[in-house]
Amino acid sequence: MIPRPLDRIVARLLGRAGPLPQPRIAGPMAALIAIMVFLSVLAGAAGLGLAGTSSALDRQMAGRVTIQIVAADPAVRAAEAAAAEAVVRRLPQALSVARVPDSEVASLVQPWLGTLGNDLPLPALIDVELADGGVPTLRRALRPVAPSALIDEHARWLGPVNRLVSALSGLAGALVLLIGIATAATVVLAARGALDTHRGTVEVLHLLGATDRQIARLFERRFALDALLGGVAGFLAGVAVLLMLGRLVVAVRSDLLGTTVSSGSGFALLLTVPLAAALVATVSARMTILRVLRRML
Amino acid sequence: MADIVQFENVGLRYGAGGETLSDLSLSLEAGGFYFLTGPSGAGKTSMLKLLYVAQRPSRGVIRLFGEDVVTMPRAELPALRRRIGVVFQDFRLVPHLSAFDNVALPLRLAGMDDDAVAASVHEMLDWVGLTDRAAARPATLSGGEQQRVAIARAVIARPELLIADEPTGNVDPEMANRLLHLFDGLNALGTTVLIATHDLHLMGHVPRARTLRLARGRVSDPVGALRHPPRVRA
Repeated sequence: MIPRPLDRIVARLLGRAGPLPQPRIAGPMAALIAIMVFLSVLAGAAGLGLAGTSSALDRQMAGRVTIQIVAADPAVRAAEAAAAEAVVRRLPQALSVARVPDSEVASLVQPWLGTLGNDLPLPALIDVELADGGVPTLRRALRPVAPSALIDEHARWLGPVNRLVSALSGLAGALVLLIGIATAATVVLAARGALDTHRGTVEVLHLLGATDRQIARLFERRFALDALLGGVAGFLAGVAVLLMLGRLVVAVRSDLLGTTVSSGSGFALLLTVPLAAALVATVSARMTILRVLRRML
Repeated sequence: MADIVQFENVGLRYGAGGETLSDLSLSLEAGGFYFLTGPSGAGKTSMLKLLYVAQRPSRGVIRLFGEDVVTMPRAELPALRRRIGVVFQDFRLVPHLSAFDNVALPLRLAGMDDDAVAASVHEMLDWVGLTDRAAARPATLSGGEQQRVAIARAVIARPELLIADEPTGNVDPEMANRLLHLFDGLNALGTTVLIATHDLHLMGHVPRARTLRLARGRVSDPVGALRHPPRVRA
């Protein structure tokens, strides 16, 4: 059998192929590792994105409140809003204070009410970021100057969302772990099969004085090569899909979804997936081969 | 001369059947030349397997190079096996390797560098008349050529003990003589040689050789016709 050019090049890169047949590129093991890495990259990206979303939610929830001045009379509402803003700015716990322009408030209800919203008494909104434990102080400070003020704590409605996002992020991490375990288990079975296939050669090598390590190294090379090539293919496919999804997410213009598109550090973490796959495959193969060889004389 | 091989009351049983080898007690001197003969099924190959440590005995003691191989830890077997050259009856060449690479295996396993390996292998292939077949895979070699590759592989690392199971069974008489001269030459350099064979003609070519006869799993010399019966330990 004449080895294919790519096989020859790889064999040259790895050194002498040894007593086992030259590894065939794009064999079933490489394809399987490619699929596993592809799924791991997607699950990992989802996990990283969701973890980013969770952090963003944490930041949004931490001391974020919106003060709503709901007085029906526009003049009273304006006066209370101005007084409330002034009082809040003086609070030492207030880290940032921003009055939401009336036009922006109107635009928030515009999709549901259309121009009708312009005639409605919409509340005046003030976004405030407070230091820890600042909400009771804010409540006390507002009571005398803005009796109609309502304090909307973001943590109250973002908390369940954040818990869901965190759970999904953990689930994605668990999926990556499970895929890793499945990959290792598959390599164990494949290594046993490979050893059975080449049992005659292995016996001869033993009788010629080969050590278990020398024999295991021959198999390791093959599995490392398969895993590396499969890993790179799976990684590239995964990144291509992520880039495509990223475009769709950008089109949705959602702040929440936007964070699932990987950052630079997230991408660097994903880059470790094919390397980890190669490492898992090599170590699993080595341990399996050595364990089986120990049962031989 | 010291004994390189010692068998003491060695028995070998496969599974629950009867003993293939029974109460085998013998010793081979270092530097000796031995033929092992006996009818088919007498246990010659089983005895050779014990000698090249492909099998441990069911009972008894086997010492090779003064070391007890029955209780020897697995990790120490590779070093011991590198002192032994084996020509298997079915050759057992590695099918994916060329003749050159098959012959080179023992040297590469021993960690010899490529240049030294190439020089030794070319010399050995020349000796067995296979220089022009160096790149051929075993499947494309004739039976006789495969046998010569197997012999070259067994002797290339200059083993202290050479074990050959019917090494001339597939070669013509002229090549058989050449191979026997190779074994003879190795023996002259100090290698202990043990050849299992049915070929009485071959046995006649080495006058100083001693003959072990194996029958029904026991070493014997039933009619006293064999030359130099082995020293059997009490």
